[in-house]
Amino acid sequence: MRNYKYLIIGNSAGGVGAMEAIREIDKDGPLAVISDEEHHVYSRPLISYYLADEIDYDKIFYRPLDFYEKKGIDPILGRKVLKIDFDQRSVVLDDGSNIGFEKLLLATGGEPFVPLIKGLENHEFFNFITLNDSVKIRERLARKNRGKGVGNRGEGNRGIETAVVLGGGLIGLKAAEALTQRGIHVKVVELADRVLSPVLDEQGSAIIQGVMEEAGVEVITGHTIAEVTGQGTSVNSVILDSGEEIDCSLLIVAIGVRPRVELARDTQIQVNRGIVVDKLMQTSVPGIYACGDCAEVYDFITDGFRLTPLWPTAHVGGRVAGSNMAGVEKEYVWGTGMNAVDFFGFPVISAGLINPPDGEEMEILTRLDEDARIYRKFLIRDHRIAGMVFVNQVDRAGVALGLMREKTDITLFKDKLLRDDFGAIYLPRQIREEINMAVA
Amino acid sequence: MRRIMAKEEVCIGCRLCEVWCLVQHSESKDIIKAFRKEEPRPLARVHVEEYGVDSFGLQCRNCEEPDCVYSCISGAMYLDEETGTVQHDPEKCVGCWTCIMVCHRGAILRDERRRRIAAKCDMCVDLEVPACVANCPNEALILQEEGAEE
Repeated sequence: MRNYKYLIIGNSAGGVGAMEAIREIDKDGPLAVISDEEHHVYSRPLISYYLADEIDYDKIFYRPLDFYEKKGIDPILGRKVLKIDFDQRSVVLDDGSNIGFEKLLLATGGEPFVPLIKGLENHEFFNFITLNDSVKIRERLARKNRGKGVGNRGEGNRGIETAVVLGGGLIGLKAAEALTQRGIHVKVVELADRVLSPVLDEQGSAIIQGVMEEAGVEVITGHTIAEVTGQGTSVNSVILDSGEEIDCSLLIVAIGVRPRVELARDTQIQVNRGIVVDKLMQTSVPGIYACGDCAEVYDFITDGFRLTPLWPTAHVGGRVAGSNMAGVEKEYVWGTGMNAVDFFGFPVISAGLINPPDGEEMEILTRLDEDARIYRKFLIRDHRIAGMVFVNQVDRAGVALGLMREKTDITLFKDKLLRDDFGAIYLPRQIREEINMAVA
Repeated sequence: MRRIMAKEEVCIGCRLCEVWCLVQHSESKDIIKAFRKEEPRPLARVHVEEYGVDSFGLQCRNCEEPDCVYSCISGAMYLDEETGTVQHDPEKCVGCWTCIMVCHRGAILRDERRRRIAAKCDMCVDLEVPACVANCPNEALILQEEGAEE
C-alpha cells in the first residue's frame, strides 16, 4: 500500500490551496492528490470563457503544466475514491487499490443539482460545472455547422438556434452570456422572481437583467420547466409550468450545486448539508480536514458555519487546511459570501449580507445612477459594514471588504462610502497608514 | 522581496509617479511618444489618491499574504518565486474582477484598452529602482528591499 503524509481528494481551488500551503511549510513530505477528473488542474469558472471562445483550451489551466512535478506532488487523476477506511487510515480507489494517509483533506467540491422534470432524463441536456461539460457543449455546437452544410434541419442534428438555460444564478447567466457570444439565442428560465437572487438585491438584479436582455438574452422569471420534449435523445422544446412551450435544441440545467459528501455521509465524519468543520478546517475526525464547496465553513459576517461554494473561499480555506495539516496552526476567519463577476462588460461585486436578515433593522446606504446604471449599497450593523453591493463601478471595492472583515467602525467616514472613488484616502490616518505601510 | 511604500506626509500630489510609470510601461519608453503617439495610450499602474490636502501614490504593496493571488480564478495573478513579487499575466486574465474585490488596499486597476482585464504595478522588477520611486521629487515613495526570501 502506498502511504502519504498528506492526501488530498479533489483537484480544484481548495485542493490546490492546500497543496501550496503544505509545500510552503513542508517541502518534501509525501503528498498526493486524487481526482476523478482526468484533467490537469483547471479553473472551473473559466469554462464559460472557453465556451464563449474567449480563451483557448490551454488557458483553462489554473496552474502551469509542471505544477505537480515542481511541487513534488503525485497526481492520481481519473480515479475515484470509493470509501475511507478509518481504522487503517487509508482510502479505497475504484481500481481496488488502497492509499494510506496521515492527514487527509476532503476537497471534493459540489455536484450539479438536477431536478425531477418530466422527460428530462430521456433527452440530451448539459450541466455547466466541469471542463467536460464545456467541451461537450462545444462539440454539440460544432455539430450544428455540419448539419447546416447539408441543409439538414428538423432532424436530430439540426442547427442550434435557440438554447434554454434553466437557472438564473451565476452559473446560468455565465452560460447564457457565453452562448449569446457564440451567436445563439438564449432564454433563461428562473424560478425566483429575479435573476442572481443570492448574489444581488432587487435593484442590482434589475440592472443585470436589463444588461442581459439588451445583449439579446430573454429572461423568464417566476417559472420553471415542467416538461422536456424531443425526438430520440434530441431536445425539441421545453414546456414551462405556465404551459408556454419554447422551441429549443440545446438545454442547460444550472439551478445549483450541492456538496459532494458521499465519502463522509454515514461515517464518523459529521455532516450537515456539507461536511462540518471547525475554524481549523478540521472535521469531527482528527487529522481529516475539509474545505471548499463540500464543507460548511466559517462566515465572519454571520459568525456561523455554512456552505460558501465560491472559488476564493475554497482556495483560502484550502490554504488554512493545508497549513494545519503541515503543523502550522491557522484559523480560517477570512471568508463570507463574496462574488465578483462581469456580464457583457458590466462588472458586479457583492459581499456579506445583500439584504437585512428577516426582522432586523439595519441602516442601509444606497446610491443609484439610473442613466449610467451605477448602483452601490452598504448595509451597516453596529457602525460596521455588514454587506455591500457594487454594480458597474467596482474600483477599490476590496477596501470596503477589508473594512468589513476587520470590523472597522465606519462612523468617521460613513458619508464617503458611496463615492465612486471611495478608497483608502478617505479612511482615518491610522488605517490609511496601515494600508500604505508608510514608514512612521 | 521588494515593496514600494508611500509616505503621505511628504506627497505633494504632483502625479509624476503616474507619468513615469506610464512611460516605463510604454513601448517606446519615451515620454513624448508614450503620451502622444502610442495607441492605445500606455497605462500607469500607480494612482495618486487625493482628498483635500491629503495625497499618496497607491500601487501594489506586495502583500505577504496576497489575497489577489489566492482568490484569482484563472491563475493570472501569481507569486513569482524568483523575484518574490506578486505579478499579473494579462494573457491569462479574463477580467472577472475578483482581485479588485479582495485587494484591501484598492491597488488593482481595470485595463479596458483592449480586452477588459485587470492591471497592476509590477514593481519594475527589471529596474534597480522602480520608475515611480526614482522619479518622485519629494521622496514620498520609497523602496524596501529585503534579502533573499526566507
